[in-house]
Amino acid sequence: MAGKTLYDKLWESHVVLTEADGAVLLYIDRQLLHEVTSPQAFSGLRAAGRKAWRIDANIATADHNVPTTDRAAGIVDPTSRLQVDTLDQNCAEFGIEEFGMLDPRQGIVHVIAPEQGLTLPGMTVVCGDSHTATHGALGALAFGIGTTEVEHVLATQCLWARKSKSLRVWVDGELGRGVTAKDMVLAIIGKMGTAGGTGYAIEFAGPAVQALSVEGRMTLCNMAIEAGARSGMVGVDAITIDYLRGRPYAPVGRIWDQAVAAWSELHSDADARFDAEIRLHAADIAPQVTWGTSPEMVAEISATIPDPAQEADMVRRKGWTDALAYMDLQANTPLSAITLDKVFIGSCTNARIEDLRAAAAVAKGHQKAASVKVAMVVPGSGLVKAQAEAEGLDKIFKEAGFEWREPGCSMCLAMNADRLEPGERCASTSNRNFEGRQGAGGRTHLVSPAMAAAAAIAGHFVDVRDWSAK
Amino acid sequence: MEAFTVLEAIVAPLDRPNVDTDAIIPKQFLKTIERQGLGKHLFDAWRYLEQDGKQVDNPEFILNQPIYADARILLARENFGCGSSREHAPWALADYGFRAIIAPSFADIFANNCVQNGILLIRLSADEVDHLFHEVAANPGYRLRIDLPAQEVQTMGDNRYSFPMDPGHKHKLLNGLDDIQLTLQHEGAIRAYEAARRQSAPWLFRDAV
Repeated sequence: MAGKTLYDKLWESHVVLTEADGAVLLYIDRQLLHEVTSPQAFSGLRAAGRKAWRIDANIATADHNVPTTDRAAGIVDPTSRLQVDTLDQNCAEFGIEEFGMLDPRQGIVHVIAPEQGLTLPGMTVVCGDSHTATHGALGALAFGIGTTEVEHVLATQCLWARKSKSLRVWVDGELGRGVTAKDMVLAIIGKMGTAGGTGYAIEFAGPAVQALSVEGRMTLCNMAIEAGARSGMVGVDAITIDYLRGRPYAPVGRIWDQAVAAWSELHSDADARFDAEIRLHAADIAPQVTWGTSPEMVAEISATIPDPAQEADMVRRKGWTDALAYMDLQANTPLSAITLDKVFIGSCTNARIEDLRAAAAVAKGHQKAASVKVAMVVPGSGLVKAQAEAEGLDKIFKEAGFEWREPGCSMCLAMNADRLEPGERCASTSNRNFEGRQGAGGRTHLVSPAMAAAAAIAGHFVDVRDWSAK
Repeated sequence: MEAFTVLEAIVAPLDRPNVDTDAIIPKQFLKTIERQGLGKHLFDAWRYLEQDGKQVDNPEFILNQPIYADARILLARENFGCGSSREHAPWALADYGFRAIIAPSFADIFANNCVQNGILLIRLSADEVDHLFHEVAANPGYRLRIDLPAQEVQTMGDNRYSFPMDPGHKHKLLNGLDDIQLTLQHEGAIRAYEAARRQSAPWLFRDAV
């Protein structure tokens, strides 16, 4: 019999029961709640007179709507304020722990849960947010759900589910200097397409993945959903354990030792079989830039924008043509010729400390191009912000003409005041370049933090591998 | 939830792949704390134009053509509903009046969310979908009949396309069932699982750490 995949192990350890038709009742260890996708779930519970099944399995924070300037002044937009106030009230009513807007631990839900040790290996983790896949970096089974399912988990601590197929993305070799986990995942999506992972759980593995920090692995797993997969994961190793040791909500003492022993099994067996496998060589991956309105519309920085006329598949050709019209770009233009109006460094994809370090290393001693209206750095959490300030990164950014903001989702999806105006073009370290994602009519190019910082300074995309650091 | 059995209705064609949930319902409408009332914002960025500071219907957008005013079936391309997990997307589609969507493929989370809201997702092959796009273009007011018990899409000319369906999802849609009540019938099994896990993996319980 073949060995088990990491996904097999995570899945099997959470099956409460299996129905005759194959539907599985899956136990959920951790639910993360935020203000946008939870209000209707709490109203549903209230209407049915139900309580939360297991209060300590839940943790809440406000991240999507929060302002990134002058936090103490509160939220100006009344609809945003109502959502955040509603979360506060719901958490108080149902007894759920919340990191409120003024708590130093507040931040993007996918940044703070690992940071606090609230995400642990071997857990099932859900949240009403598709980027929940991020938590798979710690050897957890983590996936996004809708609001009805949020209510279901609150009420029952379970979800009805069917097992996905397994896909392993194996990355050989070593990433080159200036090439990051973000470039790796964009290259993977470019190869697989945004629907390539639909119906699969992805395990990222291989020497180049193992060499990544937990932060880098989170960037990778975060964008599994952009390849169509609800969950992405990486097996547990010494890097995972080192990351978790001493985190506020991580176990201690005897239970820590017991946990570490169990976690060390959380990797695919050497003889495990996957339903599909994709292989890449890290050395072949260059810094990536998206040029269209889907993350699969991506190319390396030295490339030119592809010509839809050269695409044989008619549906794809139309998709590319529509994308270039929306992006106001011409086929065959070099990516390095694209100029930017704004730069956004942040989001659950790239707002952890090593992302800010990478951007600061590029920005240090340089000045933002005059043609770039705003270059905004939004840390992923209050603790990331404090750490960056302790290292002097905020000063580097401010001296380079970048703005240093309060933590939140910010211009990744522009639910707060941070957004693109119609027609503006942005280099963004976020995860989606969909039409209007960063503001109606806005145009998004996805890149790594170092590439974004370099674009802010040059005013156009440049190959960060050629950057002369000061 | 409204049960789904048989539906005969006009088909509206939305001819683009990878229609994401940001396009279905843009972020500015996610600030609601209600489930209802999102239909007027469905496909907002495509459906409306700004004219002299006012919002007017974009005559180019398919749903604004009077012939599709009563459409209840949406015909779409591959990977429909990709992106965010926002259930506001199926809420908006259902509130607008769509009860079924036909496409070669759907994103996973979106598909789950549709089942929770009584929207039937029908997966046909890319060729079949392509054929239906031609039929809709050639026949104004084109209608289809969807028979969920038989798992068939039937044309008025009596062509039949069968479609696959998760049996659990089918049961839910046919009966308009609420999951929580069903799940709580297994309360004993959930408690037993939980008790065993407390023993074998106490670090998963914050009160035990």
